[in-house]
Amino acid sequence: MIELAGVDRTYVVGGSPLHALRQVTFTIAAGDYVSVMGPSGSGKSTLLHILGCLDRPTAGSYRFAGADTHQLDEDQLSRLRRCQIGFVFQFFHLIPRLTAAGNVELPMVFAGISPEQRRPRVAQALARVGLTPRAHHRPDQLSGGEQQRVAIARAVVMEPHLLLADEPTGNLDHTSGREIITLMEEMNRAGLTLIVVTHDPRLGERARRRIRLSDGEVIADERLAPPP
Amino acid sequence: MSFADLLGFAAGGLRGHRLRSFLSLLGVAIGVASVILLTSLGEGARRFITREFASLGTNLLIVIPGKTETAGLAPLVSTAPHPLTRADAEALLQRVPAIRRVAPVVIGTAEASSGDRRRNATVIGTTREMLHVRHLRVASGRYLPPDQPDAPVCVLGARLQRELFAGQNPLGEWVRIGGWRFRVIGVIAPRGTSIGMDLDEVVAIPVDTALRLFNRHSLFRILAEVEAHTQVNAAARAAVAVLTERHAGQEDVTVLTQDSVLSGFDLIFRALTAALAGIAAISLGVAGLGIMNVMLVSVSERTAEIGLLKAVGVTHRQVTAVFLVEAAILSTAGGLVGLLGGLGAGRVLQVVYPDFPFHAPAWAVAAAVAVSCLVGLVFGLVPARTAARLDPIRALIRRKA
Repeated sequence: MIELAGVDRTYVVGGSPLHALRQVTFTIAAGDYVSVMGPSGSGKSTLLHILGCLDRPTAGSYRFAGADTHQLDEDQLSRLRRCQIGFVFQFFHLIPRLTAAGNVELPMVFAGISPEQRRPRVAQALARVGLTPRAHHRPDQLSGGEQQRVAIARAVVMEPHLLLADEPTGNLDHTSGREIITLMEEMNRAGLTLIVVTHDPRLGERARRRIRLSDGEVIADERLAPPP
Repeated sequence: MSFADLLGFAAGGLRGHRLRSFLSLLGVAIGVASVILLTSLGEGARRFITREFASLGTNLLIVIPGKTETAGLAPLVSTAPHPLTRADAEALLQRVPAIRRVAPVVIGTAEASSGDRRRNATVIGTTREMLHVRHLRVASGRYLPPDQPDAPVCVLGARLQRELFAGQNPLGEWVRIGGWRFRVIGVIAPRGTSIGMDLDEVVAIPVDTALRLFNRHSLFRILAEVEAHTQVNAAARAAVAVLTERHAGQEDVTVLTQDSVLSGFDLIFRALTAALAGIAAISLGVAGLGIMNVMLVSVSERTAEIGLLKAVGVTHRQVTAVFLVEAAILSTAGGLVGLLGGLGAGRVLQVVYPDFPFHAPAWAVAAAVAVSCLVGLVFGLVPARTAARLDPIRALIRRKA
């Protein structure tokens, strides 16, 4: 599903180039559960952005579901993100003025799905994360764990093939963090490809496959269990 | 996405910062209201003037000695080689069938005094016909006698009567005008200002007396009343022809019709109204800047939201549309509020000044509302593009959602 070949990502900072990623090459099969680990500054966020088509490689190629992302224009990348990729962020990134249901509905609103079709899917997505009773609460009325569950419901409501999580438990207490990761793992067992970016080894070691980054290079790629 | 969804999302964005949205909306409202108010003032002034002219009688011809090349207002300097005489006035009455009445006019200023009360007065020398031609009403006594063009009598304007006689009955009393003695035979009912002359401050005396008093040979003008409004232009041409013949073939008079004077004023006031609309439009433009400012602040505050939208697959164009629609909602709502406010304020002014015909011209109302919608789109463009161009990664790095 994901094929990275010789991916470089270079930023120019203060006139001198900064190599965020160097010659990253790997493939990830559909349905796999992969963690990307490394200290901060190792390039793992950059990698996540490239995997999520929010950023483009400076060099090398990235094929997503068989399509060379280099060949896609902005609108096509938007469509790819909309339909195939769900994001979960450390800081939830919920829209504060919208209710939980409103936030979950958001991707469908912009995808042009009619309100009649949206309603049952919102209800279903909220049910999947166990937040049906909180559907009409705004983010500031929800706990951190609940907010992240809303974010997960939003990420999966379009039924994507890939879920990208950037430090999903980084802003949560231990118990909520555990609930969140369990929830995402359940979704992975149901067939969703899951990539978790974290610097937390306890979280990263739950994945079947662990990719370690240091200074923009892949320094380890371990597999504990075969992909399903 | 459907337009309803777009509207709903954009409106939600505005609700996120109510006070700021309201203030920038108010800016547009004030702009639109001032366009409507200022143009209704201009249009009101135009109608006021038109009404004043109509009160003179729309069937009026004004004959002025001297020839102007272009139709318009009266020539400032008379260059007529032939004086305009009472005989000319009589000839118009006799020879132009459409002309029903003529009133010769001589105008000057002189000191008027009664006992030790004195003041400057506008003296108008004319005949009894003036009463009808200018639709005057006599408050007491009678107007100038019909057949004594050189009698030493006078008819006072209302204020002049008040000031010279302090409320006492002036009829039969003597008044000294420019050193000559006149017997007061009547008082004109108060009427107020009519086209540059305060009729209440005028004293009327017989025309020949006035010519002698001011030592003139030529009338200041002749007012002629035409039978019907449809005959005005033909009568004006006939009057010119008659006077040209009488003045040895020389066309040395100008005949103004009420319409020509009116259209001159009409033009002036339309230009004035347009200028006022232009001034008010500047405030609309400033309101647009207000919207732009609010939207830019909103974009920078909602950086994380925009980043998120991009992450969930919202396209460049959709982000642009969201912010454009937000700006358009602000300005359109402002336009509607301004429309109601402007029309409401016009009503209030109308109550305070019942005599002035406030009237918001339809074109100004339509233009103000249309421009207010446009203002949002135009001034929303920069913020919308700023939002659309935001780098989603940078936008998402911000710590607060």
